[in-house]
Formats: sequence, structure tokens, C-alpha cells
Amino acid sequence: MFLSVQPISAPELLAEFEQATPQAGAVVSFSGIVRPRNAAGVKVTQLHLQAYSPVTEREIAKTVEAARARWPLDGVRLVHRIGDMTPGETIVFVASASAHRRAAFEATDFLMDYLKSQAFFWKKETTEQGAEWIEPRAQDYADARRWSPEKETSDARRQ
Amino acid sequence: MARISYWGKLSDVAGTHREQRPLPGDVRDTDALRAWIDMLHSGDGVFLHISNRIALNDEIVLEPSAVSDRDTIDFIPPLSGG
Repeated sequence: MFLSVQPISAPELLAEFEQATPQAGAVVSFSGIVRPRNAAGVKVTQLHLQAYSPVTEREIAKTVEAARARWPLDGVRLVHRIGDMTPGETIVFVASASAHRRAAFEATDFLMDYLKSQAFFWKKETTEQGAEWIEPRAQDYADARRWSPEKETSDARRQ
Repeated sequence: MARISYWGKLSDVAGTHREQRPLPGDVRDTDALRAWIDMLHSGDGVFLHISNRIALNDEIVLEPSAVSDRDTIDFIPPLSGG
């Protein structure tokens, strides 16, 4: 299950994940939380997140498999909220487990970059000034390019 | 009847998230589909813009692609990210 319309608890998900990966030597988790103010500093009252089911889930599953193929992982847990949320609620939880820390750090980072730039989500933010759909950020695309094959090749050439 | 969905900000432009409509006889590909939907929903060109992609039967397609009344059609604006 990758998507949840119900609130999610990062501490509970992390505890469950750690129990499910007893052989791991490293667990890295990331929790994304709905911010109380938007980029312009205006108070946010609600965030609505829309997913293109079942395509969103299908593509997330492919990306999790890509992470498993790229790093030696003992497990991955990824849960994303959809629907209506308020500031302070957890919007996303991603955790990766591996024998050593580097793989777990990188896999979690990779999965978050995917979710921020390529996953089929649309966000509508409601503030005291009204509601509007959030446009993609250039920084999220730049972050995601760190994992592209072209970037790996150019990095290897520099070494 | 084609099942048509509008995602993200395009649902505000269309005034609906989902609808079922018979495609006009002259709408046989995605170019004609874009023009028809833009006129239907007074999109002022937004449905013609290539940044808004089209998926047919849950797969984003290269355009122009053939469309028919049997298709599930999705208009997909740039993603907001999670």
C-alpha cells in the first residue's frame, strides 16, 4: 500500500519497519510534514493532494523496484497521504533498510526525489487568501537529475 | 462514450474532474481531441498546450495518437510532486 487517505503516523510506521527488517544494520527514514506557511509566508489552512490512481501506485512500485535493483536493500516502506490534510500532518513517509548506512541514505533520497518530481501527484493549497494548485519547482527537477544515468556517467568521467 | 478525466488545475478549467461524452465524428486523434475539449470548456488554449499531456487507457501517449469512444482519456498537467 503506497497511498493512504487516512492520517499516517511516522513513528508507528518506522517501528513496524524496523521490526520487519531485523537483519538490517542501517535504517534511514524521511517524514514530510505539511508546512504551516507557504513559500510566500502566508498561513496554510489546508492541503489537498490528488493522485492519478492506479497509475500513481503503478509508477511508485516501479521506482521502488528500481531502488531495490540499484542498492542492496533489505526493505523499503513508502506511504503517501492523499486527500485533505492540515498543517502538521505527515504527508509522506519513506524508509529504506540495508546492511550499511550509505545504501539506505541514498535509496531514501532517490525515492523522495522521485516523489517530488515525477510521481503523479497534484497539490492544491488553501490559505487565508484563497486556494491554488501548486506548480512544480525547478529545484525538485534538479534534485531528481542527480540520479540519472547521464549524471552517473559524467561523474565517473570526472573521477 | 469516452471517459475523460481532468487532473490538477485542469479540473478547475473544465469545471469537473470526470465526465463521459461521445466523441464527435471528426475527433479521431489527440490533436482534434485537444481542440474539441478546449472549445467545449472554454479553455482559451490551455488544453492545446503541450505541457498538459494526454494519457489514453492509463498510458501517456506520443502525439498525435488515435482516439476513440472506447478510450479512457486523461488530461495531465505538470505534476506538483508529493
